[in-house]
Amino acid sequence: MDLERFKVHGEPLIYGAMISIVLATIGIIVGLTYFKKWGYLWREWLTTVDHKKIGVMYILAALLMLFRGGIDAMMMRLQTAAPEMKFLDAQHYNEVFTTHGLIMILFMAMPFIIGLMNVIIPLQIGARDVAFPRLNAVSFWLFFFGAMLLNISFVIGGSPDAGWSAYFPLASLEFSPTVGNNYYSLALQISGIGTLITGVNFIVTILKMRAPGMKLMKMPMFTWSVLITNVIIVFAFPVLTVALALMMFDRIFGSQFFTMANGGMDMLWANLFWVWGHPEVYIVVLPAFGIYSEIVATFSKKNLYGYTSMVFSMIIISLLSFLVWAHHFYTMGQGVMVNSFFSITTMAIAVPTGVKIFNWLFTLRKGRISFTTPMLYTLAFIPIFTIGGVTGVMLAMASADYQYHNTMFLVAHFHYVLIPGAVFAVIAGFHYWFPKVFGFRLNERLGKHAFWWIIISFNVTFFPLFFLGLMGMTRRMYTYSEETGFGPLNMLSFAGAVGLAIGFVILVYNIYWSTRYMPRDTTGDPWDGRTLEWATNSPIPAYNFAVVPKVQTRDAFWSQKVDNIQLYEEKITKIHMPSNTGKPFILGAIFFVFGFSLVFSLWIPAILSGIGILIVMAAMSFDRDHGFYIPAEEVIATEKKLRGETV
Amino acid sequence: MKIDASKPLEYSTEENNNKIFGFWIFLGAEIALFATLFTVYFVMVNRFASGPSGPEIFEIGPVLIETFLLLSSSFTIGLAVHAMRHGYKKAMMVFMAITLLMGLGFLGIEIMEFFTYVHEGATLQTSGFLSSLFVLLGTHGAHVTFGFLWGTGIMIQLWRQGINPATANKSFIFSLYWHFLDVVWIFIFSFVYLKGMM
Ligand code: HEM
Ligand SMILES: [Cu+2]
Repeated sequence: MDLERFKVHGEPLIYGAMISIVLATIGIIVGLTYFKKWGYLWREWLTTVDHKKIGVMYILAALLMLFRGGIDAMMMRLQTAAPEMKFLDAQHYNEVFTTHGLIMILFMAMPFIIGLMNVIIPLQIGARDVAFPRLNAVSFWLFFFGAMLLNISFVIGGSPDAGWSAYFPLASLEFSPTVGNNYYSLALQISGIGTLITGVNFIVTILKMRAPGMKLMKMPMFTWSVLITNVIIVFAFPVLTVALALMMFDRIFGSQFFTMANGGMDMLWANLFWVWGHPEVYIVVLPAFGIYSEIVATFSKKNLYGYTSMVFSMIIISLLSFLVWAHHFYTMGQGVMVNSFFSITTMAIAVPTGVKIFNWLFTLRKGRISFTTPMLYTLAFIPIFTIGGVTGVMLAMASADYQYHNTMFLVAHFHYVLIPGAVFAVIAGFHYWFPKVFGFRLNERLGKHAFWWIIISFNVTFFPLFFLGLMGMTRRMYTYSEETGFGPLNMLSFAGAVGLAIGFVILVYNIYWSTRYMPRDTTGDPWDGRTLEWATNSPIPAYNFAVVPKVQTRDAFWSQKVDNIQLYEEKITKIHMPSNTGKPFILGAIFFVFGFSLVFSLWIPAILSGIGILIVMAAMSFDRDHGFYIPAEEVIATEKKLRGETV
Repeated sequence: MKIDASKPLEYSTEENNNKIFGFWIFLGAEIALFATLFTVYFVMVNRFASGPSGPEIFEIGPVLIETFLLLSSSFTIGLAVHAMRHGYKKAMMVFMAITLLMGLGFLGIEIMEFFTYVHEGATLQTSGFLSSLFVLLGTHGAHVTFGFLWGTGIMIQLWRQGINPATANKSFIFSLYWHFLDVVWIFIFSFVYLKGMM
């Protein structure tokens, strides 16, 4: 075997990172052994089928990835901070912006959203669980091991280097001969399957498991946004599956889909990628809209303004999202008619989005607003996202796009939509729902410190990029000369990036601090909430609701508090629960081996692990575990304890 | 588990209902998957570079047998579900076995066909057209293979546990899957082979 292929050749920077990864891994293993936590880890987390714990694991993994992607971002900003910097070489820069984009979108934003939806959706609809708890664990472990597969590319064999959009022929074997893009196709494929399963799972959960009385038009807005998102997932992800499979065939088996000779067609990749890729940005942005809607209503103490129009605008956005993909390559020679069509559909999305913005503003109007941390992020989101949207409309004009295509203007634009439209939202949602999951709030003062650092630094980082773009600085350019005059604005942007990093460190410190010192909440309703998730105790008991609520109005929990419309009638009885299982974890681990073997064309391990996958699936099918019951007395005792009463 | 006796066994619990509904949604994703593969095929169909084109390699004989086998197996899986509704375990198992054997026959012929193509110099690597042909047919073939294994697993469970809400549910979902493969094949038959031979 040719061991050279596994080696990553790099500068001291890469070797340093490798050593720290190895040390951290050893540290974790030693720590777990020393504190005898392996059994706890396995029983409580790795084998869990509890949607809340799965959600927490998603969020932890996403936070980890936020830091990985963030370090990539810092390295890029440092590299371009001044002319002729020698920090990264061209190849390393290529790898860094590729993994940054991939990780931020696929392994940070989306899993963070999926984590929040795992925790909250069953609660918001008054259900005891998701429709398929074991499949839910499968989804998570596929995502997790897919993410790990992409991450080890950094130390074994080399990272993908053709951009997160992996355009051909750049990503072909000919122009990108390392295994980096093999990792791309397999890591995304494995985690993508997990996402698809999530899509199916949550559509069934939301459509079939709502509490009695909760009609579709009485669902909370976050639930609506998640439902629509999952419909997009189910239709968009198969396109990615196909695209990645074709990429794998081209790179590993020598087929001719995207080649320049033998009848291949590189533009086919661009089309397939963006038929999935554009809806993908709505997969992260629509749930964010849902989160903001919940927060705006709660902290204005008002019903969400224009509920129906909110729902319909999301449905329209989801339909349009499939009709705009070619705006990503206006300049690649597709003719005036095609460009005009995509230009118009793209601009049309601004209309329903505008409707939503106005609805939030009208909800605020005359509200009794409390400026909590989640609310601050929501308020900051509105103007910042609007800048992103307006520049988006500028880019949507095909003729003008010839001017700013592939410049820093574009980079500024998409960060101006993605960061408020996804990152601020998940942070806001994180602060908002944190007390539900853990039973105490995050510290507000530290939260606000982090907020101001993040919001101000964000603008310092990205606003200069609009001007750099108009000055002609192209995207993905790893260095530039003094004469271009790009230096000062890039330095400013780097300073902003440092500020952002500080903001995120404060955020994490806040989690640590609050865990130690914040008082515990026994009401289950620290924000005076409106929707059902606040109607149960915090931290949430395993069974979610001791008695399944009966819903009559839209903000059901609010109606109970204000109009005295009772949610619970029946008395507590025994509750059925699914048992934990290690099979989803094992399945994910074998998928990891399978993917790794294919990346390096190691056929025998690939075949063996392929068979292993089938065996685990068969074992899951033959499993006859029907779960267990929690006796009524135990439920009653748990409820009392959570409410702070002594048993 | 609450069992609702007024409904067919496969629908008798809430969990079963959810599974069937979830499977329909999954089939929606499968439709998107095959629609993409067909699109790729249509884009590539005339890009055979210096390799052979469709009409030069397609043969109607084996394809007709494949079609016959798959269509009949869709019928027999229907009979299996019918037997299941009447509680005839043995008949159900026999019909399922016939279904799976026909699936196996289909696969055998498809593999032979692939060998012939490769023998004639038409490989995955030859041209864009052939790459897309092999991947489209191969994905369908892989689905049939998976179906064969899955169906065999269900038959073992039926044999051991008899017809109960769980096995009935699995068998019914399997039948949906099998019908779906048949529908995809009809598209392949019409738009790949028939159109390619005209
Ligand atoms: C937190 C601070 C962030 C900073 C400082 C930052 C900075 C950058 C930089 C410098 C680039 C490269 C531009 C170029 O190559 O010319 C980039 C690309 C990109 N970023 Fe970020 N970014 C941040 C966060 C995010 C987030 C949160 C997302 C997504 C949710 C994201 C998505 C992307 C994507 C998709 C690309 C394109 C990658 C490619 O060219 O293939 N970024 N970012
Ligand atoms: Cu787009």
